[in-house]
Amino acid sequence: MSRAFLLLRRRLVGSVFVLLIVVVGTFLLLEAAPGDAVDAYLVSTGGDAGLVEAMRQSWGLDQSAATRLANYLWALLHLDLGQSVAFSRPIRDVILERLPVTLILMGASTALSFGLGSALGIYAGARPGSLRDRFLSTASLALYAVPGFWLALVLVIVFAVDLRWFPISGFETIASGKTGFARAADIAHHLVLPVTSLGVIYLALYLRMMRAGMAEVWRLDFIRAARAKGLSRRRIVLAHVARNALLPLVTMLGLQSAQMLGGSVVIESIFSVPGLGRLAQEAVALRDTPLLLGIILVSAVLVILINLLVDIAYAFLDPRVGASEAGA
Amino acid sequence: MRRLASAPEALVGLGILAALTVMALAASMLFPGDPLAIKGAPLLPPFQDWSLPLGTDRLGRDVLAELFHGARASLAVGLAAAAAAIAVGAVVGTLAGFAGGIVDEALMRITDAFQTVPSFLLALAFVSVVGPSLTVVVIAIALSAWTGPARVARAEVLSIRERDFVAGARVIGMHPLEIALREVLPNALPPVLALSSVIVASAILIEAALSFLGLGDPNRVTWGGMIAEGRTVLRSAPFLSIVPGIALVLTVLGVYLAGEGVVEGTAVRKGLS
Repeated sequence: MSRAFLLLRRRLVGSVFVLLIVVVGTFLLLEAAPGDAVDAYLVSTGGDAGLVEAMRQSWGLDQSAATRLANYLWALLHLDLGQSVAFSRPIRDVILERLPVTLILMGASTALSFGLGSALGIYAGARPGSLRDRFLSTASLALYAVPGFWLALVLVIVFAVDLRWFPISGFETIASGKTGFARAADIAHHLVLPVTSLGVIYLALYLRMMRAGMAEVWRLDFIRAARAKGLSRRRIVLAHVARNALLPLVTMLGLQSAQMLGGSVVIESIFSVPGLGRLAQEAVALRDTPLLLGIILVSAVLVILINLLVDIAYAFLDPRVGASEAGA
Repeated sequence: MRRLASAPEALVGLGILAALTVMALAASMLFPGDPLAIKGAPLLPPFQDWSLPLGTDRLGRDVLAELFHGARASLAVGLAAAAAAIAVGAVVGTLAGFAGGIVDEALMRITDAFQTVPSFLLALAFVSVVGPSLTVVVIAIALSAWTGPARVARAEVLSIRERDFVAGARVIGMHPLEIALREVLPNALPPVLALSSVIVASAILIEAALSFLGLGDPNRVTWGGMIAEGRTVLRSAPFLSIVPGIALVLTVLGVYLAGEGVVEGTAVRKGLS
């Protein structure tokens, strides 16, 4: 336990620096954007030059860049991301409202891609070089080349327009009055196509990683020993080969979370799923740069948290991890 | 080269890339004039009129001409972004690995920060702040793609800097920066270059996704833009979205296959020597 704790503490300290760099980066982008918060505000309300000056003063925008950065940091420390111009509400509230939807979408996509991808990878890697291995490897490479947003459109054409199996868009049936299990089933029905579009590319990734990892493990001596012991093939594949090839996939789980958050922008826009990704697209369309940068900050925090969780899981799965830190 | 030929996947990949290059280069000759000009009746299905083999889009523009011109944007952005990302990544990684200490620590935390932000969101923010053009899209993609090469270069440099020729360069009084960039960096390049196919492929996909969201260069035909354009008539004319998507899939697949073939080819050669 203390081993995992030490690892966690070291990673937390590093994360603070990383987050600080991200904050400075978003501040610089905000500075580079044409116009400031007052300009954006007055687009909707209108006002004369005197009002502009007064507002700049009260919002601290007439200060030097260093002071403004300090103000920005101070506000962030109080979890204040500023005001969304497009929604006329605090950015934090808008983001928190959309976050759960994206988390559900990402969780389901990760479960699909990790579960099915590693299972198919084990199936292919159980007999390296066999026909099914070559078929699955080629198919996964082809899948890996498919852009998610195009796959989403093709799925919509086939399964929503032609076959009408799944709804074209949305997160749940509007004003259906469903609760509990019926509501969950309704949401699941809506999310089949978005989850598939978002998860398929990573499914291919996990399949390929699992397969490649297993091909490496097959060559090692302990597999020969296991064979010599007379273990069944099934047991060798699952308990020895696959188990040892699984760890890199866990690492990838953390690394791809950032990519998946990025991918959710297009997928959520196509399916009108009201999550963080769609919010990012709306922020771009409505020219709300502070909102967009707020989303980037929240995404960065999310990615850091997911990677921390993965690190902890890893420390439990692999007894070698962190052993040196605990000893030091 | 002969070993490359013995791998059928690599040949397919190189074939696709060669065809694409020809498409991109011949676009202006085969389809002179503005590909965004109106050529016929709108929404003509493919294979009906042989002067417009792939039909026309919502505004009556020649889909085949758009496809050829779109190959340019995809290839140009993919190659330019990958080149920029590898150049920046190799230099940053080399400096971090060679300098060590606080410089290494600072550069690697910056690398971490760029990896923490979803690359597509970063590209989206950059393009929406600076304004869409082909160059901006290239920079936006390279902005997050350099981290992979930086990490690989750093790892490689950490082992190279202990070798004798580096010590030799120090002894003859070369400036550390000169040693890092002229002696160490070229030796650290091969594993970094092995990343290029993955980077080119993901750059092409990011460009397509940006164009799909309307953040591509508005004055150029892009496959992502064509897919978005076709989306408005998805029910009546699905081919308008499907055709450029297939081109995109084939392109990315070609890049992967060729890249894998080349990496395997060089690995075999190393193993034999």
